[in-house]
Amino acid sequence: MNEKEKKTREPLFHIAKRPAIEWWKAWLIRGGAIIASLIVCAFIIVILTKQNPLEVYAAMVKGSFGTPRKFWAMLQNLAILLCISLAVTPAFKMKFWNLGAEGQVLFGGLCSMVLMFTVGDKIPNWMLIASMLAASVLGGILWGLFPAVLKAKWGTNESLFTLMMNYIAIQLVAFAIMVWVPSGSSVMGLVNSTTKAGWLPDLFGQKYLINILIVAVLTVVMFIYLKYSKHGYEISVVGESENTARYIGINVKKVIVRTMILSGALCGLAGFLLVSGTNHTISKELAGGNGFTAIMVSWLAKFNPLIMVLTSFLIAFLQKGAGEIATNFKLNTSIADILTGIIIFFIIGCEFFINYQIKSTKSKEGK
Amino acid sequence: MGAPAIELKNICKTFGSITANKNVSLTVNNGEILSLLGENGSGKTTLMNMISGIYFPDAGHIFIDGKEVVIRSPKDAFDHKIGMIHQHFKLVDIFSAAENIVLGLKEKGKFDIKDIEKKVADISAKYGFDIDPSKKIYEMSVSEKQTVEIIKVLYRGANILILDEPTAVLTPQETEKLFAVLKKMKEDGKAIVIITHKLHEVLAISDKVSVLRKGEYIGTVMTSETDESQLTEMMVGKKISLNINREEPEGAQDRLEVKGIDYESIDGVKILDDVSFTARSGEILGIAGISGSGQKELLESIAGLRKLDGGEIIYHNPKTGTSDNLRDRTPTQIKELGVRLSFVPEDRLGMGLVGNMDIIDNMMLRSYKKGKTAFVERKQPRDLAEKIISDLEVVTPSANTPVRRLSGGNIQKVLVGREIAAAPTVLMVAYPVRGLDINSSYLIYKLLNEQKANGVSVIFVGEDLDVLVELCDRIVVLSSGRVTGIVDARNTTKEEIGLLMTGTKGGSSDE
Repeated sequence: MNEKEKKTREPLFHIAKRPAIEWWKAWLIRGGAIIASLIVCAFIIVILTKQNPLEVYAAMVKGSFGTPRKFWAMLQNLAILLCISLAVTPAFKMKFWNLGAEGQVLFGGLCSMVLMFTVGDKIPNWMLIASMLAASVLGGILWGLFPAVLKAKWGTNESLFTLMMNYIAIQLVAFAIMVWVPSGSSVMGLVNSTTKAGWLPDLFGQKYLINILIVAVLTVVMFIYLKYSKHGYEISVVGESENTARYIGINVKKVIVRTMILSGALCGLAGFLLVSGTNHTISKELAGGNGFTAIMVSWLAKFNPLIMVLTSFLIAFLQKGAGEIATNFKLNTSIADILTGIIIFFIIGCEFFINYQIKSTKSKEGK
Repeated sequence: MGAPAIELKNICKTFGSITANKNVSLTVNNGEILSLLGENGSGKTTLMNMISGIYFPDAGHIFIDGKEVVIRSPKDAFDHKIGMIHQHFKLVDIFSAAENIVLGLKEKGKFDIKDIEKKVADISAKYGFDIDPSKKIYEMSVSEKQTVEIIKVLYRGANILILDEPTAVLTPQETEKLFAVLKKMKEDGKAIVIITHKLHEVLAISDKVSVLRKGEYIGTVMTSETDESQLTEMMVGKKISLNINREEPEGAQDRLEVKGIDYESIDGVKILDDVSFTARSGEILGIAGISGSGQKELLESIAGLRKLDGGEIIYHNPKTGTSDNLRDRTPTQIKELGVRLSFVPEDRLGMGLVGNMDIIDNMMLRSYKKGKTAFVERKQPRDLAEKIISDLEVVTPSANTPVRRLSGGNIQKVLVGREIAAAPTVLMVAYPVRGLDINSSYLIYKLLNEQKANGVSVIFVGEDLDVLVELCDRIVVLSSGRVTGIVDARNTTKEEIGLLMTGTKGGSSDE
């Protein structure tokens, strides 16, 4: 009996987690996932639309890169999406689920528009743009700070609060448009289209270049902030374990509030770029869902700002390209969404195979 | 009176290389209460989990009413009328008591909550429970929740009840009530097993006592024929010499004075009750006690992580000669006072370290604020990490490996190494060798002794009495949040500490 019990048994729960995987293998898996997703999409295209999938893919690429105008428009979309992704990243890294980027962008944009609309021709242009920028950033901070303070003080649920703040922002914008547009139309035309007051200037003849450059600089700064600054270190510790943070004397509440100020400020900046640099008008769809898409971009990049350039490119490309094929092939726009969904599903799903191995269970447990 | 309700013969269970149960045999008759006694980690819960279908034994036999049975799942256990009340309740908060009680039952017919509530009320009346079947769980006190758990198994017709440390979360009055109920159930012919390590409760409630020690079955005695000292001896065993080095303390001075501190949990349960002791420089002060006697809260209070309800913590600064009260100060404020306090918490990866960060970043936890710039400096932490890896022989691919990938012993070396590197004047360690192999354990003892020789006041919370008696200079014994004795480790026995730990010998002893 004594000897018998020594026969070894597998532990009850056997998780075949991979040890660290070589980077090239990981990218091979990711590449494979994209190819697999394209194959699945091809079947869907053939079955549902009876089009040649290769032509559809070609149209997608053309839609994004086909003409310089399309290319720049795609880059502009990418820049805004990346900017919002950078904004939510510190909060998410801290495990503060900021679902309110949409509202923070919108309210920031609204603050810009108020100035642009009311004092547009009364003060010098540089002063107008500077004050619009400041107003947007402050507006974004206000929208982000409110849920953060409540969470720090009373432990309220930040997901709900940030989410609800979105609707307030949307209704405020609707209200403002109602007041500003005398005809009663819900669409606001270009503001200051003759004087271009409050419009970000063209750079080297490119309308969106300033937007793109600002976001590029921001990406590098955010990377350094998260990786090398004391604040960034505190954000990581709080996100990983609040207990550890308390143990080493980090003021967790302060870090939450400070980080949400940053997150809100960058969302506000994105609102400013949209109003001043891109649209020169405002609507309820100013952020266009990017406040939520940004969450995906940020997660896909594992909160690394440099990788976010890639992930936001991927998503911006898919969105643009999918829209393009919908019009080109006279397809229902839903098909574009279906394809985008499938591709993203594969990309996210492949992370499982990077972290885990499929091992055949050879011995059945006694249970 | 026929075959025993449940009989175990030669049950064995191992987890990897750890033996949790080795040849355990015991018998419980109907209308009998058996206490299963043993220190932490002696395998009591594992044994009971095998009866209730959570684990499956590696070897051995289980007989119910004289017939051999195989229990493969909790459902099998229910079919054999076995019900277990776990230490951590498994209830749905937003459901009422009655809803929780029938949860998962597949009864035929209409779901009639009124009818169920009536049945629950009948059971309550029969055994003297005090419960409102329509009350929601989240509105209940801990003792009410426990009552729901007990009724749940009775409702399912359980004949054999297993209670895992039922009194650990109860106040003395609630404990009395529980015991009254248990006695009624016993009169009703139920077979009851309680897992416990409180001796006076064992003597108060049970008919028989079975003792486990380090997974091995020691023996069974009738409660009427035994006493505390015999049970303690069975529980702690003969003294084993570990040959841990111990020098005489040199120039010991009072360093940290804990004066009458009180701490209550949010439920209003007294976790620390008028705790006082003095830790001196150049000595290792042990803290002994059954786990959950307030050790964790005590250390966290000193470290500035908990708000106390009373008392003072006085630190005598050897540099300035001043004395400061550390109570109600945050860890940062304590640091700013010039108190060099290091703390190796029990929860290594949940509190002491960040599992997903590499060794270097974990070194920075204490020191990242250094320097005037807004940026962290990784040069010194990297050097420190390399030094700890080579000095303490940490087995790791590199200093850039996330600590969660290291083995338990190496994780502990990283944590202890960092805390010692801060050149503390007070070093608090909680269960520093838990889960470590022999070599790593001795390395930790050696490090603590070095700190002692350097004049550090070391506070060592431990669970293995052999280690406490050989390593420490003095030992503070805690029982249910109270100090039941402060003993000289050189002139004490495991039995003496065991008795103090189980809280039957009150008051303070020599000093």
